[in-house]
Amino acid sequence: MRFPSPDLAARVADVGALLRRIIGAPDYECYLAHLAARHPDATPLSRDAFARDALARRYDRPGSRCC
Amino acid sequence: MLVWSLVAAAGAGALGFLALSRGEQVSAAWLLVAAVCTYAIGYRFHSAFISARIFALDDARLTPAERLNDGRDFVPTNRWVVFGHHFAAIAGPGPLVGPTLAAQFGYLPGVLWIVIGVVLGGAVQDMVILCASIRRDGKSLGQMAKEEIGPVAGFTALVAVLGIMIVLIAVLALVVVNALKSSPWGTVTIGLTIPIAMLMGIYMRWIRPGRVLEATAIGIILLGVALYAGRWVAEQPALASTFTLSGKTLALLVMAYGFAASVVPVWLLLAPRDYLSAFVKIGVVLALAIGILVALPPLQMPALTQFTDGTGPIFAGALFPFAFITIACGSISGFHALIASGTTPKLLERERDARFIGYGAMLMESFVAVMALIAACALTPGVYFAINAPAAALGPSVQTAAEAIAKWGFVVTPAELEQLAKQVGETSLLSRTGGAPSLAVGMAHLFSHSLGGSSAMALWYHFALMFEALFILTTLDAGTRVGRFMVQDLGSHLWKPFGRTGWMPAVLLSSAVIVAMWGHFLWQGVIDPLGGVNTLWPLFGISNQLLAAVALCVGTTIIVKMGKARYAWATLLPLAWLTIVTMAACLAKIFSSQPRLGFIAHARMLQAAQATATLPAGVKSAGDLARMIANDYLDAAVTIFFALSFVVVLADSAREWFAVISGAKAPRSTEVPFERRAVVAGD
Repeated sequence: MRFPSPDLAARVADVGALLRRIIGAPDYECYLAHLAARHPDATPLSRDAFARDALARRYDRPGSRCC
Repeated sequence: MLVWSLVAAAGAGALGFLALSRGEQVSAAWLLVAAVCTYAIGYRFHSAFISARIFALDDARLTPAERLNDGRDFVPTNRWVVFGHHFAAIAGPGPLVGPTLAAQFGYLPGVLWIVIGVVLGGAVQDMVILCASIRRDGKSLGQMAKEEIGPVAGFTALVAVLGIMIVLIAVLALVVVNALKSSPWGTVTIGLTIPIAMLMGIYMRWIRPGRVLEATAIGIILLGVALYAGRWVAEQPALASTFTLSGKTLALLVMAYGFAASVVPVWLLLAPRDYLSAFVKIGVVLALAIGILVALPPLQMPALTQFTDGTGPIFAGALFPFAFITIACGSISGFHALIASGTTPKLLERERDARFIGYGAMLMESFVAVMALIAACALTPGVYFAINAPAAALGPSVQTAAEAIAKWGFVVTPAELEQLAKQVGETSLLSRTGGAPSLAVGMAHLFSHSLGGSSAMALWYHFALMFEALFILTTLDAGTRVGRFMVQDLGSHLWKPFGRTGWMPAVLLSSAVIVAMWGHFLWQGVIDPLGGVNTLWPLFGISNQLLAAVALCVGTTIIVKMGKARYAWATLLPLAWLTIVTMAACLAKIFSSQPRLGFIAHARMLQAAQATATLPAGVKSAGDLARMIANDYLDAAVTIFFALSFVVVLADSAREWFAVISGAKAPRSTEVPFERRAVVAGD
């Protein structure tokens, strides 16, 4: 997608990240940023491996969904 | 202070007006004012008390999200985002169904219990457990029960959670089955949501990896298509008869779905469904609020009906204690304690956000319950009872239904009932027990008032039905999967390899076990001539309140061990009330001599019929009769199990409280020690 200004593009990306977090989707960018900041020498998981791992953990205990 | 006095006066005035108005119709606006003012007072004063006096929440203290930040589970997150996430996790079909059913007592008991119960009970429970978990690195309710109270309480809590999940899934599945029974439109629309979710899963995995929002947008558009596709199918006589399914067929299909969802990878079905449902949930709650605010419908239901004496057709039992069991979610919901000690505590950026998220999100759920109550009470009582009363009470046709309802003192003509069914695009609306269809009719009324007129009624009805089923199936599939893990976990104590979550034989066997358990209750509900909801919903309410009591026991123990026993009334007050209502309900369900209320009395009545080889009204075969008798005893056993679990946890906790208060045991908090946040420039 092309946006008239980089500012707007950044804002759309922010809103997107916000919505993704609300619905609890795995946030690969956040994970990469965390590794880069805290563990610069660690090898990050691939996007696919990260997503699979995050989802598997989300549904393996009570407390992810309610009545 | 002046402002708060005015808010208090307005709230008390509205509640008083509701309580005293007799005979004339009141506007829904009174209910809304009463609710919002009570919430505002509760939030301003009671949650501040919990925050400042009990936990002394401190923004300078590092939260688990900061200390343990791993970029995955523990991530410091903005409070509004956590609020949205927490609300989407706690709110489901519960606050929509309970108040709809409890409207058989009139609107007054429901609204009082919802708004007062939440402010002093439900929101307190959620916030206290959230705070306790934050101070313990996001520990779960089960772990806290074990560590704070003792191993007995911990194990009881674990088994109780499994029992509650089974009853919860069964009753919710039954709501879906009753809503889709002989409704080709609904069946096709809701059936299509499954391939839609799978398509989204494939899109996010293979086509555009990680593009969650794109996939969700596509999913939402396809849901709209599914709505029209269902109508199209219902209009083709040949296709319509293929998708006109009986309750038994639907029950088997729902069981197959639950089994599949537990076995297939999460990314294919569960996760995309969850995303879709989170958006739809927030959207529908907003739409419902706007619809009610625009229409401000008058309440057709009286403040109190004659059914407060326990003779109501929708569920058995008198106002006390059954109003407080029927409405669980919305007032106090034990299940929330699992979420408040699950994902949420790992996300909080600041300690004091726990007030807004723990207490605030529960107020929001309570507001959803108030809106569901309004939607139910805005229907004329005749229509409400025609949809919600079981076939055993209404008989087979609109004529018999109108006669039965006239005997209860409400007016509805057979022509009106036929006309309404036609308007919403169904062949019949009679005895669609479970609350979902009546809420859908209520919402269709509200929405078609403001948008689209009566020609859009059918679309709105099926839209409302679709989103309710979407919530329910999301709870059902995630619950089955979680249940499967719990079965595997318990099984691994007997035989180690059974616990391996990737080992197919164990996965298949444990999934089959959990589906068989809830499937049994679902089947029992489907063959029950009283419609099943009559039996299963009280069981669900009891189990949910039991879990709430466990959570409040944990909360009280933690408060006492913090050396703050003088403030423990905040959790002891709702705990005492729950003890009274849950125990009264358990005793009535087990021992009541009325067959319509007590499980054992009902079984005896059926056995008497069996002995004389007669079939009671509505029972189809001798085999069904034998099964119903066995089920009555099973239900009684389950109720006894819940009651005993309750007593065990309560006794174990009380022993701990007295040990601390009497000085036999030093009050020692198990909190993670205080760690101050390094001051950052601009913070």
